Amino acid sequence: MRLNHAFCAASALALLAGAATAQTTVTIATVNNGDMIRMQGLSDEFTAANPDITLEWVTLEENVLRQRVTQDIASNGGQFDVMTIGTYEVPIWGKQGWLVSLNDLPAEWDADDILPAIRGGLTVDGELYAAPFYGESSMVMYRKDLMEAAGMEMPEAPTWDDIAKAAEAMTDKDNEVYGICLRGKAGWGENMAFLSAMANSFGGKWFDEDWQAQFDSEAWANTLNTYMDLMNNYGPPGASTNGFNENLSLFQQGKCGMWIDATVAASFVTNPNDSTVADQVGFALAPDNGLGKRGNWLWAWSLAVPAGSDATDAAKKFVAWATSKEYTALVAENEGWANVPPGTRTSLYENAEYQKVPFAEMTLNSINSADPTQPTVDPVPYTGVQFVAIPEFAGIATQVGQEFSAALAGQQSVEEALEKAQAITVDEMEAAGY
Amino acid sequence: MATQQSRSAARLMMAPAVILLLGWMLVPLIMTLYFSFKRYLPLRGGDLGWVGFENYVRFVTSSAFWPSVQATLIIVGGVLLITIILGVLLAILLDQPMWGQGIVRILVIAPFFVMPTVSALVWKNMFMDPVNGLFAHLWQFFGLTPVEWLSQASLTSIIMIVSWQWLPFATLILLTAIQSLDSEQLEAAEMDGAPVISRFGYIILPHLSRAITIVVLIQTIFLLSVFAEIFVTTQGSFGTRTLTYLIYQRVLESQNIGLGSAGGIYAVILANILAIFLMRIVGKNLDA
Repeated sequence: MRLNHAFCAASALALLAGAATAQTTVTIATVNNGDMIRMQGLSDEFTAANPDITLEWVTLEENVLRQRVTQDIASNGGQFDVMTIGTYEVPIWGKQGWLVSLNDLPAEWDADDILPAIRGGLTVDGELYAAPFYGESSMVMYRKDLMEAAGMEMPEAPTWDDIAKAAEAMTDKDNEVYGICLRGKAGWGENMAFLSAMANSFGGKWFDEDWQAQFDSEAWANTLNTYMDLMNNYGPPGASTNGFNENLSLFQQGKCGMWIDATVAASFVTNPNDSTVADQVGFALAPDNGLGKRGNWLWAWSLAVPAGSDATDAAKKFVAWATSKEYTALVAENEGWANVPPGTRTSLYENAEYQKVPFAEMTLNSINSADPTQPTVDPVPYTGVQFVAIPEFAGIATQVGQEFSAALAGQQSVEEALEKAQAITVDEMEAAGY
Repeated sequence: MATQQSRSAARLMMAPAVILLLGWMLVPLIMTLYFSFKRYLPLRGGDLGWVGFENYVRFVTSSAFWPSVQATLIIVGGVLLITIILGVLLAILLDQPMWGQGIVRILVIAPFFVMPTVSALVWKNMFMDPVNGLFAHLWQFFGLTPVEWLSQASLTSIIMIVSWQWLPFATLILLTAIQSLDSEQLEAAEMDGAPVISRFGYIILPHLSRAITIVVLIQTIFLLSVFAEIFVTTQGSFGTRTLTYLIYQRVLESQNIGLGSAGGIYAVILANILAIFLMRIVGKNLDA
C-alpha cells in the first residue's frame, strides 16, 4: 500500500514536472548491435541530467534500419530525430543537404579528439555531418598456435605473399582446419567490402577520374585471381555463402587459420565464453603489395540529425552525450574497458587501461592506415575505402558481388565474372547519368 | 424471395465494403503504374519527370530479366511437382488406419506453421551448411565430399526448402479428397481383381483431380512471389534471382522506384498470363 502511495506521489510529481518544463521527445533509430543496446541501457543517465528530454527508441536489424532511415530521409518523413548511419550514407546525405551540421557541438565534446581517418569519412566540405559512435577497420586475425606449429611467424605488416604462404602451411583439410577464411557471400557490405578493399592494395579501383568502370583492368584480374587461389586451395568448403557471421563462427570453432575481417571481431574471437581459440589469436595489419595501400577498410556507425527533425537541439544534445568521452568512461565503469565503443577517439588509445586490451593497438593502426579521401593507389573521384559514396553503389555492388560469388562457387571463370561486372557497372552508371 | 427494394438495399449496404476492397487493390496498382512511367530516384532528388516507356524497356533489356523469369518458373514448377507427387503419396499413407494417427497428422502439417524466414534459416544452417550441416555429416559418413548445397545446387536447394513448407498444404487438401472417396468402389475393384496400380490410376487419381487443381492454382499464386527463402539463403546469387527478387533489388537496393515499378507491372502481367493459362488447362476440372 505504502509503495502504491509513493508511486502515485512520484507520478504526480512527474506530471507536475512535465507541466512545468515542456517535454521534447527525441526519436532515435538505431541498429541492434551490442554496443547500441548497451547505450540504450545507459541512457537513463542522460535523461536524468536532461529531465526535459524523453528518448524514444526504434531498434532495428541493420538492413531494415538502412531501408527505413533511407526512405524516411528521402521522402522527408521526419519520423526520426537521430539516425544511426554508416560512413557510406554520410557523404551522400550530407551533400544533399539532408543532415544537420554538427560543427557547433559544444567545445567540451572535443571534435579534435576524433581520429582523423574517421572524421574525414564523416565530413563534407568542412562540415561534420555525423558523430562517430564506434569505428572499425579490418585486419588479419590468425592462430598463433598453428603458425608456431608450422614454424612460421606472422609479420606485423604482412604482404599477400606472406598470407598465401601462411595459409598453405596452416591448412589441414582432413582435420577441418582451413588456412584462410574470407567473405564470399554476395553483397555490397559482404564480399564486396572485402574485395574492394583488397583491390585497393593491388592498385585496383571502382572508377577512374572520368567515372569509367575499371573491372577490365589488370589490377582487378590480379585481385580476383589471388582471392580465388587463396579460397580454392586453403579456404573452407561453401565459402561462397560465408559472410561475417559464418566466418566468425568458423574461426571461433578453431576451423580457420586466418581470417581477415572487421576489427570489432577481435573482441568476439578473444572472448573465452564464445571462442575455443580465445587465447591463441594474434593480430596483424591487413596485407599489402608494396604499392602503398593496404587491403583494409574503414567504417564508423555514427549518429546524425536529419534536417527534417523538429527537435534539433535536443537531438544534438543526445548525440554529443552518446559520443562523448564521458560516455566511454561510463561504459568502462559499468562493463570494463574491453567493452567500450572502439575506434573513434585518440584519447581512448592514449588511456593506459585501454592499452592493455590485446587488440587495441592493432585496431588503431588499422584505422589510421585507411584514408577514405584517398583510398586507392591512383587518384579517384570518390570517397570511401570499401565503397563508393554514390547512391547507386549499393545496388551495383550487390550485383557485382553476385557475379564474384558465383565465380568462387565455380559457376563461372574469373574473366567471365569481371566481364559481367564491367557490363553491369557501365550500364547502371549510364542510367544514373554519369 | 428478394424484392426489388431489398436487393437495392443489399447493394447499398455492401457498397462500402466493395469500394474499400477495390481501393485496397486499385490504389497500389495505379500508384505502381504511375511510378513506372517516371524517373523516380529518391536518393537523387526524387521525382525527375516523365520518361514514357523507358523503364519498361530497361527492365526487359537488362541481362538479369530473362534468367529471373526462368528461375521463377523453375521454382514454381519444381515445387508444384514435388508437393503434388509427395502430397498424393503422403495423403494415401495418412489415410491408412494406424496407431497415433492424430499425432502423425499434426506432425505432418507442422512445417506449414513455421515462418518462411525461420524455416529457411534452419535449412541453411542446420542441414545445408557444408561444414557443420547435417547433410555434410551424412555425406562424410558415407565417405563422400559434402555438397555445397546453396552454391552448387542453389535452385534445387530453394525448391527443397519451399517444397518442405508447402507439402503439408498439398497433403491436407489431398487427404480430405481421399477421405471423401467411396470405399465400396475400391473394395469392388479389389474383388474384381484390379491390381493396386490400376486401382490408383483409374479410381483414386481421377477422384483427386479437382483437389490437385486447387492445389496447383493456390500454390502457383503464392509461389510466384517466393521471397523470404531466397533473401535468407542466397540473396539472389547463383541464379536464384526470381522476378520478385529482381524487383526488390531495383527498388530497395538500387533505390530506383520507377524501374522497380515497371518490373512490378511485368510481374502482374506474368501472373495473369499464368492464371489464364492454368484456368484454361486445369480449371475445366472445376466445372465437373
